[in-house]
Amino acid sequence: MRLLSTIAFTLLRAKLRQSIVAAVGVMFSIAMFVTLLGFMNGLNQLLDGLILNRTPHIRLYNELRASAEQPIQLAYADSTTAGKAPMHHFIHSVKPKDDLPRLRNATAIMDVLKKDSRVLAVSPRLVAQVLFNVGTTDLTGQVNGIDIMQEVRYYMFQDYMVAGDPYDLANGNNTIVLGKGLADLMEAKIGDLVQVTTATGDRTMLRVVGYFQSGIADYDKVQCYANIKTVQKLLARPASYYTDINVKLNDLEEAPVMAKELAARFGVQATDIQMANAQYETGSDVRNIISYAVGIVLLIVAGFGIYNILNMMIYEKLDAIAILKATGFSGSDVRRIFLLLSVIIGIAGALGGLVVGVTLQHIIDNIPFVTAALPSVTTFPVDYSIRYYVIAVTFALATTWVAGWFPARKASQVDPVEIIRGK
Amino acid sequence: MNTSELVLEVEKVNKSFHDPVTIQVLKDVDMQVARGEFVSITGKSGCGKSTLLYILSTMDTDYEGELKIDGEPTRKASRTRLARIRNEKIGFVFQFHYLLTEFSVLHNVMLPGLKLGLKSREEVEHRAMVLLGDLGIADQALKGANQISGGQKQRVAIARSMINDPLIIMGDEPTGNLDSRNSGIVFDIFRKIADEHKRSLLIVTHDQDFAARTDRIIEMDDGRVVP
Repeated sequence: MRLLSTIAFTLLRAKLRQSIVAAVGVMFSIAMFVTLLGFMNGLNQLLDGLILNRTPHIRLYNELRASAEQPIQLAYADSTTAGKAPMHHFIHSVKPKDDLPRLRNATAIMDVLKKDSRVLAVSPRLVAQVLFNVGTTDLTGQVNGIDIMQEVRYYMFQDYMVAGDPYDLANGNNTIVLGKGLADLMEAKIGDLVQVTTATGDRTMLRVVGYFQSGIADYDKVQCYANIKTVQKLLARPASYYTDINVKLNDLEEAPVMAKELAARFGVQATDIQMANAQYETGSDVRNIISYAVGIVLLIVAGFGIYNILNMMIYEKLDAIAILKATGFSGSDVRRIFLLLSVIIGIAGALGGLVVGVTLQHIIDNIPFVTAALPSVTTFPVDYSIRYYVIAVTFALATTWVAGWFPARKASQVDPVEIIRGK
Repeated sequence: MNTSELVLEVEKVNKSFHDPVTIQVLKDVDMQVARGEFVSITGKSGCGKSTLLYILSTMDTDYEGELKIDGEPTRKASRTRLARIRNEKIGFVFQFHYLLTEFSVLHNVMLPGLKLGLKSREEVEHRAMVLLGDLGIADQALKGANQISGGQKQRVAIARSMINDPLIIMGDEPTGNLDSRNSGIVFDIFRKIADEHKRSLLIVTHDQDFAARTDRIIEMDDGRVVP
């Protein structure tokens, strides 16, 4: 085998320029493949992150609704044996009963979830509808009472704060982070006090400690964030009063199944992330398919380049093949020599391609990219996942192997007698 | 003649070319070559002498009859086995030298030896240098294969044919491209191989002077060996 690779290398050196052209073909395709996929997936992650980072995998809440089964339907429901027909339910527009939109037993549910091995993080939330009093007008808003440290850790809260420090929100009493759009409307500066009226008519003054920008304009005109204790005080509710529990899982794929399970177990409503954001995944998939298709086409084109050059080399080297066979190299030895040639070109091209590809990725990563949607992003996003390098190299080697195999087989079938007698 | 001393035996070999019309080029050829024998095959152009040589070389397998090399029947041997036999037991010298121009003279000589793989690289290199020295071209060893003269190239080809110490060396017009001085040198080398190394030689030639100085002449005419 060592002898065969020496021969392959020597033949390669003799045809250095053509070999380099072939390797450069592979190099370009690998570089483009790596760059394209890294950039495309960086964008995908950025766009998905817009929603997915901010969205819990499962959200548990209690929606006030009329009971699905009214008393009249339950009475005599299974009494056909007693000879009486079930009662007819004739009441239209049944109203929900007077209740608070809270999760019952929220503390106990959270304790159970925290012990579940599938669960990464559990954070409570208390959502309050409020009016901001600005001079003589009122602006509607929604104050989300959150556990700041949990949100920072698991939902990238700090990435979306364009001004102020999340820790001020965590530590301060009666503090609020306003949506950027809302703050602009109210002309509220950091440190200003804003007056808030709850649905029950209670009024409170809150201090602005920062702005929040999600990138979705309508959302930023309404949403505000405050410490969960502040919101409980605002609504005059006890410390165990939560409206939502947000669950983040270790594996996002488990969300739909687990949402159903939790809904049944705790008697609450549960939405999962896939149901809430199905369209994001579709978009990512389509973008991925396009980039893979382009990358693979590039590699196949490079494969044809190798095929051509090896074919040419075999015609030029017929004498060498003939004498190698005459002096005792078998057909499979000759085949291996030419396969080796192809694979050497493939490996050299693949390594070069990786270097160029990673360089291009870094260049793209340094191009400024400023968007209102993502305050924390300043340059184009690139995903440096090792997966693309592995796929690119594997596919390049496979392509060069196939591209080399046909010429190599032809070389192995050269009849030395025909060549030698032809002289 | 002791049969175990026969390196080459040919029994009733027939061969036809079928393109464009069927022509029988070899008709019931029988021949034998003993160890250390220097044999030449002569005959007119188209009498089938080269065709016979390529059958004997095991490279052409499209024939009828039997060919034994060193007592081993080759008719049904696999292509890999035939390649091994060529590597180990047969040396070739052609009219054209067929050196690999990408390699040095020394490396050209070493290649079949490295392929055989029975000796280390150093031993093969040493033997190649000894052979080149015997042939008077040791000083050319590190040159490229296309940087030396025609006569020298043919001597390199002879060295290459001997690297694995084969039982028989076959030549197809090995002096055909050489002037009389270089032909003489090549003949002397062959003579020495037969006499001193006890190797058989089977040389196809139409050079009557060359043939006359060999041990035995097999003359062919119209596909038959002239008795």
